[in-house]
Amino acid sequence: MAASGARLHLVTPVWNRSTRGIRGLSRAVGPEGSQKKGRSLLQFLADRFYDVQALREYLLRKQVLTVHQKNRFQGKEWIRSNARGHFPLDFVTFQAVPVEAVDASGCAINYQGLDSLLALKELQSLWLQRCPHVDDWCLSRLHPLANSLQELSLAGCPRISERGLACLHHLQNLRRLDISDLPAVSNPGLTQILVEEMLPSCEVLGADWAQGLKSGPEEQSRDTASPIPA
Amino acid sequence: MLRRALRLGLGRGPLSRGLGTHRGDSTLDQNGKLSEIKKKIQSVLPGGAWNPLYNTSHLPPEHSDVVIVGGGVIGLSVAYWLKRLEKRRGAIRVLVVERDHTYSRASTVLSVGGIRQQFSVPENIQLSLFSIEFLRNINEYLAVVDDPPLDIQFNPAGYLLLASEKGAAVMESNVKVQRQEGAKVCLMSPEQLRNKFPWINTEGVALASYGMEHEGWFDPWCLLQGLRRKVQSMGVLFCHGEVTRFVSSSSHAVTTSGEEVTLKRIHEVHVKRDHSLEYQPVECAIVINAAGAWSGQIAELAGVGKGPPGTLQGTRLPVELRKRYVYFWHCPQGPGLETPFVIDASGAYFRREGLGNNYLGGCSPTEEEEPDPGNLEVDHDFFQNKVWPPLAQRVPAFETLKVRNAWAGYYDYNTFDQNGVVGPHPLVVNMYFATGFSGHGLQQAPAVGRAVAEMVLDGHFQTINLSPFLFNRFYLGVKVQEHNII
Repeated sequence: MAASGARLHLVTPVWNRSTRGIRGLSRAVGPEGSQKKGRSLLQFLADRFYDVQALREYLLRKQVLTVHQKNRFQGKEWIRSNARGHFPLDFVTFQAVPVEAVDASGCAINYQGLDSLLALKELQSLWLQRCPHVDDWCLSRLHPLANSLQELSLAGCPRISERGLACLHHLQNLRRLDISDLPAVSNPGLTQILVEEMLPSCEVLGADWAQGLKSGPEEQSRDTASPIPA
Repeated sequence: MLRRALRLGLGRGPLSRGLGTHRGDSTLDQNGKLSEIKKKIQSVLPGGAWNPLYNTSHLPPEHSDVVIVGGGVIGLSVAYWLKRLEKRRGAIRVLVVERDHTYSRASTVLSVGGIRQQFSVPENIQLSLFSIEFLRNINEYLAVVDDPPLDIQFNPAGYLLLASEKGAAVMESNVKVQRQEGAKVCLMSPEQLRNKFPWINTEGVALASYGMEHEGWFDPWCLLQGLRRKVQSMGVLFCHGEVTRFVSSSSHAVTTSGEEVTLKRIHEVHVKRDHSLEYQPVECAIVINAAGAWSGQIAELAGVGKGPPGTLQGTRLPVELRKRYVYFWHCPQGPGLETPFVIDASGAYFRREGLGNNYLGGCSPTEEEEPDPGNLEVDHDFFQNKVWPPLAQRVPAFETLKVRNAWAGYYDYNTFDQNGVVGPHPLVVNMYFATGFSGHGLQQAPAVGRAVAEMVLDGHFQTINLSPFLFNRFYLGVKVQEHNII
């Protein structure tokens, strides 16, 4: 299950009519066109036993996690630091290669620290999830990346409010924006609508539109019958 | 026995009368004087009405090194930087005198709260750049132990200035100066403007300058309260009162060309309590005039401008009250979250407020249409006739809007060149000015406070050189004209 040059497609299990029961789920998960023998044995076992299926899903998740906790250079793999925080020595050979994606989730990066990221003219994907010091001022600094940035994730940053999200409209090439779970945003549903209007060609993940709306008294009995969409 | 002593005292009739006439006493006869003295002695004795020791905690102290007239954002900023830059802790005693403790007419809290670097004078750009850095790190500058951090609610949306054909060349040269000083401004053609902001009607617009960073608007009340809290924790005294009189001494000097000048030095400031005749003479070394729109009156009290016109003595401080209106309206189809602070070529401006399609805006009237600054009443016809048409022409969505609220505030308008006056007066040697900002005082307040504190403590400007803004320019006739004033 090594991630070779082929890109790993992530397909989340979809609960639709074609998956009958829990066994059908494993048919929906997994890369298409995998016809290797080892794979079909594993598939066979996963169909029969819950344990094997759980193990398979665990391995898949672990691999996804390892893929994403790195920096990815153009055409290359993600590079991550080892347990001690040191980067592999062949890092220095990449000086001339443009950086494509940076994952700074959870880092204590702040306004001055963004200097180093803004110098990356070909950055396509930037993840700043759960960064405690990223606030509205930092977002106003991201405009030099407008030409190349396609994916931005700000989920869980405690200091970002709707005022900082307003200056994301410089990033016209943005295709994916994640603004879920921002505690400082006063009205998440309304903010989601306004951000979607501001960036029409971008897919905005975040709060549900209905969040923050109170259902009327006559609709409450109907709401308890159907499951609330995620 | 007391009565005998009194009679003895009065018995020296001719002598006492002689002494009395020397002093210029009243011509009370002896009986009247006797009863007066008796009354006084009776009150001194226990049980009497005279109480030499009474509570003066409501009055300002009798001595203070620096008295700052005016407790708005400029005055508090000067107080903050004086205490922060003093060489030894507690070296300077500062008193801030503010007569309006609810700030109901103060320009600070009635302002729209914008901050920009798009000026034409380099010093203004530098002041604004420092101020935005101050606001970004406000919780490091104004931290008070055990108090919650400040949230000034800064919207980094930028300013968009539009220019017609005639103003395009000036705008280009201004943007060059701004970029040299370090502001992040970009020029946009009408087509780029249409792509970026599809709700703008670019008819009549030749060029636009858009600030990408360090520009936007914030909550001025929060800054004021933050400064007030910090300054109180640093030991600055506040007094709720009005300055009614300056007691000063003069000395004559002769200039090199043989002219006689009178140098004045203020020794005491009389601070009168509101709704009362009680006043306290505060002995002081330095007076800072940060009274905003009323600075002209304070300067007159100090004797600035009392002399033959055309001389330095006769040069008044040209700061006047000017009334400006701000309107708050709702437009459901209006521009969205990305709306910057838009200033049209005609002078009308607006900005977004909140998330509910509400907007704030206004326009500065021409000289002939200046409203009477006697009160803060709002003229709604002004919106109908002067503000709405240019805005509706620029943003077609504004053709349907509903005004929800409006208020009026004062500009401390410098009639000479609409830029601030900072620094000492050449003749009244211990009065420093920090006023006359004509609508951009709030955004320059932190930097101006630092400049005045440097002038007071070191005698010259250290970080930002504001010598073009000294008082002398009014006498010499050197205008530092700011073109981008709204």
